[in-house]
Amino acid sequence: MNLTLELADDALILSHRCSEWLTRSPEIELDIAFGNIGLDLLGQARSLYALVGDEDRLAYHRDAPEWRNCTLVELPNGDFAFSMMRLLAFASYECALFRTDPDTDELRAIFAKAAKEAAYHLEHAEAWVLRLGDGTDVSHGRMQDAADAVWPLLTELCSSAPEVEAAVRTQLAAILTAATLTVPTAAAPTQRGEHTPHLAELLGEMQSLAREHEGATW
Amino acid sequence: MTALPLWEVFVRPKRGVSHVHAGSLHASDAESALRNARDVYTRRGEGVSIWVVPASEVTASSPDEKEAWFDPAADKIYRHPTFYDVPDGVEHL
Repeated sequence: MNLTLELADDALILSHRCSEWLTRSPEIELDIAFGNIGLDLLGQARSLYALVGDEDRLAYHRDAPEWRNCTLVELPNGDFAFSMMRLLAFASYECALFRTDPDTDELRAIFAKAAKEAAYHLEHAEAWVLRLGDGTDVSHGRMQDAADAVWPLLTELCSSAPEVEAAVRTQLAAILTAATLTVPTAAAPTQRGEHTPHLAELLGEMQSLAREHEGATW
Repeated sequence: MTALPLWEVFVRPKRGVSHVHAGSLHASDAESALRNARDVYTRRGEGVSIWVVPASEVTASSPDEKEAWFDPAADKIYRHPTFYDVPDGVEHL
């Protein structure tokens, strides 16, 4: 149950962050890519919430302290490099998680469907990390900053399924190395359930319509 | 920002046998063009295969020559296979 809710919250919050890229990407094609990925994650969140309770209540009527998402997904988008590095980490985590055998048939079905989505997210993010890491001095520097920011948050990301952490770290280290980036070593003591002020800000926007117009449909 | 090169995108639909022109997009290279095409032109389940071709590699007929090139074919009805009766019993025609 913890895993289901935590994964659902991770997926929904990152989905919202992806949606924030719309109209702000370097190219319209990247806008659409972020939109597609965000919608994949939204679909995952909805399927998972359905196993836990009422999706509208869970998405729109919980305040920040009740959310179980990790720090990585709630941080602001930052630059394109950070958003891609974060997506790479999250997709690597999901791919590893979806290879595990969950407790229930319902979860197994969701994993099987979402595994294909995560595989594409991983491929997309990896291509950009390779391209920008092994690109110009500026893009390399930004990618290294992004790697340094994301790396310390991996333990918290994987805390819902600690058995996948080693595989995630191995995969990310290989990609960073191929992208001519230095694999960071720093760790941060962040914990699921402890949030930065960025989550409350995000929820303020995401939940405003549902809270102001209770039961609204369109 | 300099505009990235233009690519023409061809998508083969699920039940189609040939790739059909779907549109065009900008990308820095072939790999990105393919990826962008996947996101832009197949997100509603339109296709099972994609080709991308640099728009600069497409040689097109000139609109100025349209009449000379295509109008003469308009009144050559004898070029259409419609001047014979199909015998009974011929299937799949």
